[in-house]
Amino acid sequence: MADTVAHAHSAHPPGFAHQFEDIEQQREASTLGMWVFLVTEILFFGGMFASYTIYRSLHLPAFETGSRLLEVKFGAINTAVLICSSLTMVLAIRAAQVGKGKAQIAFYLILTMILGATFLGLKLRFEWYHDYIEHIVPGFGFEYRPEWGSLAPQVQMFMCFYFFMTGLHALHMVAGIGVLSVLTIMAARNRFSAEYYAPLDISGLYWHFVDIVWIFLFPLLYLIGGRYAIGGGH
Amino acid sequence: MSTALADIHEVPAESRVNYLNAAYGIKSWLLTVDHKRIGLLYLASITLMFFVGGTAAVLMRMNLIEPQGALLEPETYNKMFSTHGIIMVFFFLVPSIPATLGNFLIPIMIGARDVAFPKLNLMSWYLFITGSTFALYAVLTGGVDTGWTFYTPYSSTYAHTNVIAAALGVFIAGFSSILTGLNFVVTIHKMRAPGMTWFRLPLFIWAMYATSVIFVLGTPVIAVTLLLLGVERLLHVGIFDPAIGGDPLLFQHLFWFYSHPAVYIMILPGMGVISELITAFTRKKIFGYTFVAFSSMGIAVISFVVWGHHMFVTGQSVYAGLVFSVLSFLVAIPSAIKVFNWTATLYRGSISYQAPMLYALGFMGLFTMGGLTGLFLASLAVDVHLNGTYFIVAHFHYIMVGGAVMAYLGGIHYWWPKITGRLYPDLWARFAALVIFVGFNLTFFPQFMLGYLGMPRRYAIYPAEFQVLNVMSSAGASILGVGYLIPLVYLIWSVRYGPPAGPNPWGAKGLEWETPSPPPTENFEVPPVVTEDAYNYPTREVARG
Repeated sequence: MADTVAHAHSAHPPGFAHQFEDIEQQREASTLGMWVFLVTEILFFGGMFASYTIYRSLHLPAFETGSRLLEVKFGAINTAVLICSSLTMVLAIRAAQVGKGKAQIAFYLILTMILGATFLGLKLRFEWYHDYIEHIVPGFGFEYRPEWGSLAPQVQMFMCFYFFMTGLHALHMVAGIGVLSVLTIMAARNRFSAEYYAPLDISGLYWHFVDIVWIFLFPLLYLIGGRYAIGGGH
Repeated sequence: MSTALADIHEVPAESRVNYLNAAYGIKSWLLTVDHKRIGLLYLASITLMFFVGGTAAVLMRMNLIEPQGALLEPETYNKMFSTHGIIMVFFFLVPSIPATLGNFLIPIMIGARDVAFPKLNLMSWYLFITGSTFALYAVLTGGVDTGWTFYTPYSSTYAHTNVIAAALGVFIAGFSSILTGLNFVVTIHKMRAPGMTWFRLPLFIWAMYATSVIFVLGTPVIAVTLLLLGVERLLHVGIFDPAIGGDPLLFQHLFWFYSHPAVYIMILPGMGVISELITAFTRKKIFGYTFVAFSSMGIAVISFVVWGHHMFVTGQSVYAGLVFSVLSFLVAIPSAIKVFNWTATLYRGSISYQAPMLYALGFMGLFTMGGLTGLFLASLAVDVHLNGTYFIVAHFHYIMVGGAVMAYLGGIHYWWPKITGRLYPDLWARFAALVIFVGFNLTFFPQFMLGYLGMPRRYAIYPAEFQVLNVMSSAGASILGVGYLIPLVYLIWSVRYGPPAGPNPWGAKGLEWETPSPPPTENFEVPPVVTEDAYNYPTREVARG
């Protein structure tokens, strides 16, 4: 065992970093690194999800009232948009994996970015801007409505959560689009091949993670607000 | 093991290319991706932060010489203890051993060329520096007076100090921790040399792995909490705001979900260092390797389920308090396993009392005292009496200063010849270790008594009957301060004037001692292959019967 040291580093594939023994070790390390990063992201969002859960149980009627202020239609469209973007992301990775050319990889990446931008555009124009006009953005001219009665302060609390959670999610989307544009440039420069596509792979993990956060946010904020409560027993 | 060892002794250190003389100039440091240089960048930055935090402590102890306050306005005193806490916890203790010794040693100890993500490693340091800059800005432009805990609603609504700058500094430095932890987890999983199995890893690596897990799982929670706090302070509305149904206790839950595990971020690396020191200076295999390794993981796991013991008296339900009390007692088990195993390692060892070993022995005694007084505080009824008093202050200083800082200094002294290639004057080092030990105990033991007698923490003034003990504490603090300055002088001196250390001045085991001092940029001239367990010291022939 003592004399089987393999340290001949000739003919490195592109993208190979000096600290690794071989490209396989590098791929494993970067994949594990991304998973660990996603764990930190889960904890990051987890703090807010936990707080939301506690306050929801404390102020249920107000949270339901608050939920009815949200536009389910745009939330649902955006959910569909994000799921489609996850598909196009996978198609981009698949294209690299099976050795398709740079045009196809870049095409799917650009499509993913367009879908991501669509999500943000819809959210900004038809939800947040709308909320601002209606004075239901906490800290920016939030106005209590008479029909909320004594629930009004806690309705504002719900809106705090709504903006914190969707705001942070949107920031993650923006970061994701930034990553995708770098990947698109790399693809255009022919950096990816069937042997080397780890950056696509791990960025895909991140993109799916951001989608999954939304998959939790959508029902939690838009749907379980008593809007469709059966029997209306509150 | 290494074939290169033979000629290491003959070639003088200066004529070999190593990580220090491989490149010169400020740029070669600020843009380096070498884990060893990054470790030194951290060493310089946290040393600066240590003396900033220490200055605040000196001012506090000077003020407390007189019952009416000898020096500071009460508002200034509040800023001093907040500065001391924030700087020492987030900008010294949390990064101390992991970011300096961990960065320097982890790749070498596991036989790798570098960490898994060297550029990310450099980025972590820049994040740390950015965070430190915000924190120092907060201190220099009026200070912050919330205490290091940033409790709401004081921090979110009522404080008129630089809360946002300080919290932003902690938030940014938090990402430095997260990325460092991520880097270490991946490095330890994926970068080990051939033959370096998990159970051949030095115990320092196990401790760093456990620490990294806490970095990764805990730090994001405080990051989001401070973000929420900052937004609430800016917009005057947020989820901790009692006016809209918010519960300040939620802030405490989220804060301690990180900040209790953070205590283990500070002490676990220290425990790892001690395992290395004890074996090196007793010339013995560690007693119960597996137990010591798994106790690190055990501490990491338990650390996440005990946070409620900080809230026994702040409105948490009694039943939650009961559960948290029982869980807190559990931490004693893996901690005691470590202390007992170190003690058992001493038995029939060839003990030599060089400076690092003095720190290690000091650690064992002081950590034991800190740990046992922690059990007092884990008991609900006793905690009601002691919570918010100097007993708490003394308890956590025995862990963080008597434990973590002693281990840090022990580690720095142990690996200094490896880092710099130079020996420091051992007599001075032993003297400094003793001064620190004496100064520490004189500073903090009286605080146990003060707390038990009922003196609350965080006050600029106190009743006259507490003066004798407070003067003792302040006198001890001045001795402690001198004790910290002595190593600063002779360690810097040694870089230029110290005699060459050679690859293995202590005759210790471990991959880091099989490469030249200072190591080459690639860490090993020949990539190592590991064929034996950690601490494989020759068994001493002992006449039995």
